[in-house]
Amino acid sequence: MTNEAIIQLKDIDVTFHNKGQTVTAVKNVSLTVERGDIYGVVGYSGAGKSTLVRVINRLQRPTAGTVEVNGQDILGLKPKELRVARTKIGMIFQHFNLMASRTIADNVGYPLKGGDLSHEERQEKVAHLLDLVGLTEKAADYPAQLSGGQKQRVAIARALANDPEILISDEATSALDPKTTSSILELLKRLNRELGLTVVLITHEMEAVKEICNKVAVMDAGEIIERGDLVTIFSRPEKPLTQDFINTATQVDQAREKIFKQARTLGLDDHHRLVQLQYVGASTDAPLITELYKRYGVVSNILYGNVEILQDTPLGNLIVVMTGEPDKLSAAWQYCQDAGISVTQLQPTDPEVA
Amino acid sequence: MNFIAKYFPNAVTMKDEFVQATGETLYMTFITAVVAGIIGMAIGVGLIVTQPGGILENRVVYNILDKIVNLCRSIPFVILLAVIAPLTRLIVGTAIGTTAAIVPLVIGSAPFYARQIQNALSEVDRGVIEAAESVGSGPIAIIFRVYLREGLPDIIRSSVLTLISLIDLTAMAGAIGGGGLGNLAINVGYSRFENDVTIAAMLIILVLVFAIQLIGDLWARKVDHTA
Repeated sequence: MTNEAIIQLKDIDVTFHNKGQTVTAVKNVSLTVERGDIYGVVGYSGAGKSTLVRVINRLQRPTAGTVEVNGQDILGLKPKELRVARTKIGMIFQHFNLMASRTIADNVGYPLKGGDLSHEERQEKVAHLLDLVGLTEKAADYPAQLSGGQKQRVAIARALANDPEILISDEATSALDPKTTSSILELLKRLNRELGLTVVLITHEMEAVKEICNKVAVMDAGEIIERGDLVTIFSRPEKPLTQDFINTATQVDQAREKIFKQARTLGLDDHHRLVQLQYVGASTDAPLITELYKRYGVVSNILYGNVEILQDTPLGNLIVVMTGEPDKLSAAWQYCQDAGISVTQLQPTDPEVA
Repeated sequence: MNFIAKYFPNAVTMKDEFVQATGETLYMTFITAVVAGIIGMAIGVGLIVTQPGGILENRVVYNILDKIVNLCRSIPFVILLAVIAPLTRLIVGTAIGTTAAIVPLVIGSAPFYARQIQNALSEVDRGVIEAAESVGSGPIAIIFRVYLREGLPDIIRSSVLTLISLIDLTAMAGAIGGGGLGNLAINVGYSRFENDVTIAAMLIILVLVFAIQLIGDLWARKVDHTA
């Protein structure tokens, strides 16, 4: 993967004026996406992520800032030049936005109309694109006859018609069921790998980011509050909102809640500690638990365990009750920290629990 | 024939007049439909693309078009016929006759059609327009390849509605000297107390209206792939 910036947004502001009211949708955001990235932009609805990415192909003109795509100053382009630039920036949408009056093949071929290709070349290209997204047999159907996942595949094929280098995905999986979502994400990942396509993925679901992104930015109230490569963000989220998103994705939150409800029955005293262990990298949980017992006679009872594989790096989350002599417990605690494992003592004292 | 002779004693003797009147009505309807259709379509598309948030947003143009349409639609047609007689005379050379009737018919129906087109095109999903913009389509391509194509089923339905109201207007124009079935129904049937002539003219108009409605419905259904 080269480190060449393909999209560079600098100090972007977007403000809307509506009946005397001024709404700032994006506030002083800078974002650099490198060639070959699958860059996730996460945030709740209204955070400004759609507005931000619409700046990339100037579907939204920013109030302030600069936009550079492939070395080209997008804001300085004349209308005709902008149209040419847009052919190299594909975009897919939450509601697919297919033309109901055209067949699947015509929808995919739409961006090629008025271009340089002959009728035969166009048909060949469309056939190739439909093959790429696995919808060859639907060529003569109309969008209304397709399922949501199939419609999104058509939209992807359409977005790829002009061989773009960038694909912007605006909540493209938000209207789909989990299984279809996975298959669409899988397709995006494959296109990224096989065509070298740079993907900007906007979503409110961290699960989607977790599955395919290598980098992620978290947006809140028009600003990027945290950003970095996926593994770092997942292992060491700093902002509460980021932690929120991650806990939802890994379901640690739900597990913790359930455990807290049981906590009273666990009979915790100074011989027991309820802790959450988090580790990144190659270590696995089994040797750790064995080690703690062998060295300190500390027994660990696993209440919850989860291992995510992010970008081929395992990220483990364990909630355990450690049982042993108080001084041994402290020693075990220290051992874990020395091994690069983050340890958090959990206090089941939430008002709703206690 | 006995049935017709019995219930339409006067009309049955006026076969030639009926053929001619039907021809005149069709002539007025057809020419007006073409001219008003082009003007109305252009204004309707103009309204859609220049409206706030449109692909060629332009407040001044939008407001001018919008006011013209509202103004023309506010004038009762019978009064319009009289008011624009001088203009008609200027264009056609006379204010009386079938061809002269086409001028007020166009002015009376084009704004109505423009509004219908605007409504039909406003049903085209904004997201589809945005998708077309995102692949590099310009305004002309979006108008012809997206708006008019995606809006076609609704455009056909609006056109049917406009055609039917246009036949209604030709009858009115006919009554004050434009010829056609309206003229026959009022100036012959009604004025001479030959009620059967009025009814016969009405029946022919009904047949025309139903035929237009039927063809329009079938056509719209054929091009509609939304379900």
